[in-house]
Amino acid sequence: MKQRPTAVLCAVLLSFAVTTSSADDSAAQSTLRFASDIQPLFAKHCLQCHGPDKAEGGLRLDEATGALGELDSGQRAIVPGNAAASQLLQRVSSSDPDLQMPPDGDRLSAADTAKLKQWIEEGAEWQQHWAYRPLSRDTVPTVTDNSAVRNPIDSYVVAELDRQQIAPSATADRYTLIRRLHYDLTGLPPTPAEVEAFVQDQSADAWEKLVDRLLASPHFGERWGRHWLDKARYADSDGYEKDNNRPDAWRYRDWVIQSINDDMPFDQFTIEQLAGDMLPGSTPLQKLATAFHRQTLTNTEGGVDREQFRVAAVMDRTETLGTVWMGLSVGCARCHNHKYDQISQREYYQLYAYFNNGDESNSTVPAMTAFDEAGRAERASLLRQLRQRQSHLHQTLEEWLPALKAEHAAASDQPVAFHLPDKMKISGPEGVTFTRQSDGSWLVGGANPERATYTIEVTGDVDKITGLRLEVLPDESLNAQGPGRTKHGNFVLNEVRFFAARQPKWDAGDQQSIVSATASFSQDGWPIRNAFDGNEDAEKNGTGWAVSPQFGKVHTATFGFDRPVESQRNQLQIQLSQQYGSQHTIGRFRVSLVTGRLPGTGLPDEIRQIVAADRISVSQQEALVRWYQQRDPETRRLQQQLQTMQGDTMSVRVISQAGTNRTTNILRRGEFKQPLEEVRADTLAILPPVSARQQDAASDRLDLARWLVSGRNPLPPRVAVNQIWKNLFGTGIVPTMNDFGVRGDAPSHPQLLDHLAVRFIENGWSRKSLIRYIVTSATYRQSSRHRPELAQTDPLNRLLHRQNRFRVEAEIVRDITLAASGLLSSKIGGPSVFPPIPAGVTDLTYNSSFKWNTSGGEDRYRRGMYTYFKRTAPHPNLITFDCPDSNVTSVDRDRSNTPISALVTLNNETFVEAAQAMAQHILTHADHTDDTSRLNYALQRCIVRPPTEADLADFQQLLDRSRAWYSEHADAAGKLVGNRTVAGSSAEENAAWIATLRMMLNLDEFITRE
Amino acid sequence: MNPLEAYQQNTRREFLTTTASGIGALALGSMLSDDGVLRAEDAVDAPASVQSNRQRPHFEPQAKACISIYMAGAPSQLDLFTPKPKLRELHGQSVPNSILEKARFAFIKPDTATLMGSPRPFRKHGDCGMEFSDWLPHLGSVADDLLMVRSLYSEEFNHHPGQLMMQCGVSRFGMPTMGAWINYGLGSESTNLPGYVVLTAGRGSSGGATLYQSGFLPSSYGGVLFRNQGEPVLNLSNPQGLPPELQRAGLDTLKAANNRRYQEVHDPEIASRIASYELANRMQTAAPELTDISQESQHTQEMYGVGRAEPKKVWRGSLGHLQTYDTFARNCLLARRLVERGVRFVNIIHASWDQHSELDFHLSHNAECVDQPIAALIRDLKQRGMLDSTMVTWASEFGRTPLGENRSGRSANTGRDHHPSAYTMLLAGGGLKGGLTYGSTDEIGWYPEDNPVHINDLHATMLHQFGLDHLKLTYRFQGRDFRLTDVGGNVISDWIARA
Repeated sequence: MKQRPTAVLCAVLLSFAVTTSSADDSAAQSTLRFASDIQPLFAKHCLQCHGPDKAEGGLRLDEATGALGELDSGQRAIVPGNAAASQLLQRVSSSDPDLQMPPDGDRLSAADTAKLKQWIEEGAEWQQHWAYRPLSRDTVPTVTDNSAVRNPIDSYVVAELDRQQIAPSATADRYTLIRRLHYDLTGLPPTPAEVEAFVQDQSADAWEKLVDRLLASPHFGERWGRHWLDKARYADSDGYEKDNNRPDAWRYRDWVIQSINDDMPFDQFTIEQLAGDMLPGSTPLQKLATAFHRQTLTNTEGGVDREQFRVAAVMDRTETLGTVWMGLSVGCARCHNHKYDQISQREYYQLYAYFNNGDESNSTVPAMTAFDEAGRAERASLLRQLRQRQSHLHQTLEEWLPALKAEHAAASDQPVAFHLPDKMKISGPEGVTFTRQSDGSWLVGGANPERATYTIEVTGDVDKITGLRLEVLPDESLNAQGPGRTKHGNFVLNEVRFFAARQPKWDAGDQQSIVSATASFSQDGWPIRNAFDGNEDAEKNGTGWAVSPQFGKVHTATFGFDRPVESQRNQLQIQLSQQYGSQHTIGRFRVSLVTGRLPGTGLPDEIRQIVAADRISVSQQEALVRWYQQRDPETRRLQQQLQTMQGDTMSVRVISQAGTNRTTNILRRGEFKQPLEEVRADTLAILPPVSARQQDAASDRLDLARWLVSGRNPLPPRVAVNQIWKNLFGTGIVPTMNDFGVRGDAPSHPQLLDHLAVRFIENGWSRKSLIRYIVTSATYRQSSRHRPELAQTDPLNRLLHRQNRFRVEAEIVRDITLAASGLLSSKIGGPSVFPPIPAGVTDLTYNSSFKWNTSGGEDRYRRGMYTYFKRTAPHPNLITFDCPDSNVTSVDRDRSNTPISALVTLNNETFVEAAQAMAQHILTHADHTDDTSRLNYALQRCIVRPPTEADLADFQQLLDRSRAWYSEHADAAGKLVGNRTVAGSSAEENAAWIATLRMMLNLDEFITRE
Repeated sequence: MNPLEAYQQNTRREFLTTTASGIGALALGSMLSDDGVLRAEDAVDAPASVQSNRQRPHFEPQAKACISIYMAGAPSQLDLFTPKPKLRELHGQSVPNSILEKARFAFIKPDTATLMGSPRPFRKHGDCGMEFSDWLPHLGSVADDLLMVRSLYSEEFNHHPGQLMMQCGVSRFGMPTMGAWINYGLGSESTNLPGYVVLTAGRGSSGGATLYQSGFLPSSYGGVLFRNQGEPVLNLSNPQGLPPELQRAGLDTLKAANNRRYQEVHDPEIASRIASYELANRMQTAAPELTDISQESQHTQEMYGVGRAEPKKVWRGSLGHLQTYDTFARNCLLARRLVERGVRFVNIIHASWDQHSELDFHLSHNAECVDQPIAALIRDLKQRGMLDSTMVTWASEFGRTPLGENRSGRSANTGRDHHPSAYTMLLAGGGLKGGLTYGSTDEIGWYPEDNPVHINDLHATMLHQFGLDHLKLTYRFQGRDFRLTDVGGNVISDWIARA
């Protein structure tokens, strides 16, 4: 061999010293860069005491004002241009233990002190931390040799390499390339036929065609969806203790896969997940997207304080936002100001306030099932028609806008008034009586059935009804004085429905949409919005409004319609559906009609503003059309079709705004029972300000989401492209995926990072477009072969002198193994599945209560990402290969390499079964009938490239040896073959092949993306 | 030299290997630095993402291994460890409002709650006179080797967060557990076994796998579960019908092919991969040898209580079929065998100590289950001269209330509620003082009176015995240097035998 790892390593380590010292040499000659030379010194040695949190002695070294200003002592730490007068320099170079800084911990080296001195002498120019600066739009650098440049990415990379006088690596061979691209884009190996076609394709755009094919593959959404699910901390169970099942969790997972396959723009993807429920006229799928927030843990232990865990979930949402979209560890500011980054504790709670009024609720969504090819085509056609309809609405804006303007003008600002109808007819289940009281209310008596629907018919003479008021009243005749008819006085109102029609013959088309509701009081977990969420089915955990423990009191609920009802010409019907059972029905109540503008009804505020404006901007028009779609019959028809093909409906856990506004306080040390002063929702001062949709009001969760992806905030696009880059190179341009703060690593190619971020935004935040751009670069296509001669100059390949070589993720280890064996199911989506798991694993859950019913049929062989994820007992095959535990967000996976993982691929049931199935496949393949041909074919299924003579010889030897052994051990052969026998092959022959193929599936090359 | 030989020559301590950001050279670097050849931190100012955060002992360690016996659910300190005559006197009386106003309960209704004295007789044991109730006679017999802490407290009130607090020093998810921290700090001394092994008996705990996770530390520092049924380690056995000789032949083929790839692409990660397979193969022999306790003398097995039958009087739902008595005894014996073979941290988890009702029945059942095996473990370690270097702990997430639990719908108070304000734990060995009872609580056992001990203090002191300064054993994650003791922790010098 040429090079021992030890030698490589020593060279690597020594090279650091070399690189560092050479950097020092150049530092002495040239102007220092604050961001790369000075700021890291402060972060490492000073900020813990002289940062945003402590600022001891009046010195803050995280920002210019605090650094350059006067200290408590009256002196100045930094006097630009005058190192001798700068206290900072005196203190770091002092040998007096009472004066020297830092007082303990690592002292600055002589070289570092010299840098500081030079920087001060040169004027102490202060720059903002790179991550907070606006995106730069530098011109693409020119390079001397253009031969290695396919697109601007390469110019940035080659320019840096030029500086170090390094040539980029050659393009990898086609076998490596197709395997790399398949692993990266779909997580599945190419079939031998696909390999052959690509290798033979002589056309100039062979690569681009391959890229486009894989970007269009439905498996692309699985691969990249799983990357996102790491960030979403997605799992199938609650997390704490009992760790209950979440039977609807997969629906969000499928939304992610579908959205990525549809190339939903990342800004929309962001807004819908963070605040889809708050979009004007939000669709069921937009509400579903907010299930992102419902991946937080739930504690149902006996005796828990619900507020404690509500607060914990809100904190998790706040911190997840910080990590996933901004690369900032905002969680450090939960208890005190951030030690290093400019995030105050107040700002933490300002961010927290955005989520503090998002309540956990349920929503009904189409239960999309996995589509076959025809289904995918039909769906694509509907989506296309929807897009066409949308552009039609854009074009015809002038035609429909006047009506909206008129509606807006007519609806404006009449005061709210309540009208008790004169003529009412009421009915309920058989035997139930209704007695009109002097105050206009109805007292319910007679039979007391388990469930009831009260139907009230009204002939009104009230014009422009904007809503409905329901008062539930106490009465002496009721248990606990009511207002309900149970023993304890409660009731559950599952649904309120309101119909208006010319004739007293109402059908679904006459139903008015209720869009808002307020209640004077709601029982915890039974908010008023449940009364119009469409979910009343007791069998499916129907939701409703209830009032425990406030019995014997009046409670008022007011419901608002999406637009006024012209009652004078209409017959009205009100239905109060109460399906909870056990006599949870209302005992006395009064209904009134509402006129005037109720908050949250009629045109949404955002739309009112647009409609009222003289001129409409492009982005306003966008928002207007998106909202108007829900009123457009053609759009509704298409959406209905889409919904129908997406099957039945199901209830999912989502987030919606709380009916009552919670105030947010800073919490002392993050303790939920120790509120300090109140704060309003706002973002970080270090970043561009957020703008609220409503002037003079605080911004809300939707404003926050839009602020992230407005393009003005530089962090989210930088973080997003860095995450995408990492999935294509194994490491980010900023290697610290979770820390863009001052303690993280600086980008290796800052201009490239910004170039990609700017391009990402300009291309409509299209992830597919960005991925295509990156993978068509020469940089991506380089060989990943290590270059020992560069071990000294670029040991970590920060300069991208080659591609990286790294083990595939946990799920992909399983996927490629099953794919090579022929077992893998290509089914996409649907409820999570239960592949084989070693006995006893799930016994260790709480009270040993969890049973793993192993899936049969196709579900036994689904992709790894569909394996049911039980947080307190995750599948060991996933965890062993570093699948995150899903308890907190993960933006960077480990890639461990342990004996425990070797044992999985050697001996685990799934992997042994894969070897058995692969033997069946090989031994029955018509084209491959002799050893060499079979070994050749089998190896190519695993490693794609044609095997070498030595590869073939080694595996032939193993095959021969196995044959020899099994020929004398027929019993053992039978055991290894199990029920996967092959007609025409003896058990001994079959077993010998299994023993051989099993080792192919363990090759480093196979589970490594090269 | 081939990559494997080079690798083996340079790694003795590290059983489990990992890489940061998939860059093998650095991983290898941390292994080399273990052997003092070269320390990455000394040689380079590596960027944060690949900084080798590995530590060496900060000073001479006294303990080399830890056996943590974790009693999930919260055993009642009042019925096992802390006699409270005054509480018995006040039995049936209500509690002063001054206490109730500050207290928090899971199930107790404060309006009608009354104090509940323990009916248990207590006795002094050993030369030191340490007190135990009559349910723990065996532990009493090793009292002079035990350190009893009566003033431990936690801030967490519910099981799972409380268990995370005890294991991770902070009740958040995603944090490393104690065993992961210690292995990260010191590495493993075993070449054939993982550095952090978990053994369980009986039913599962609230925390499940989160009680031995590695959190943000590389996953190779997480606990490896050794199992009571089937193979001792998951996937340890070859597939049915595949003999060791073909496993070996197969691994040789694999090694040759991987070696060729290494020559081609020079990726040091391939060397780690080859090594992992070789170590896995060694473990296939070492682990069954470890768990084969028939090698132990009859006397030793009996001392631990191996083979003990479950008591006949089994409460419905108490999972007698899991044979907890026998399993727990085996686990204690296995713990000693693991430590003998260089395993750094053994976590024995036993969950069923949450006695909200029928406390007398269940607690006596559990006490009998664990009393003899733990006492035998202490005695056995001492006999073999291993106790000084092996720390044994007996602990839970919190204790139980001096109040009886008057949950509605129950005619009598037969259990106690959660009580994190003051409870008891035991330690032994690892250079800690034996025969010491540390700290005290007020006369009804509500709050600590003398020497309150926070869980962070406990962890700081434990790390200290392992030669680790809890302020220096840090890991950079999201820009912050995290530690096991979060932002607290004081080493309790009174516990340490030799200063």
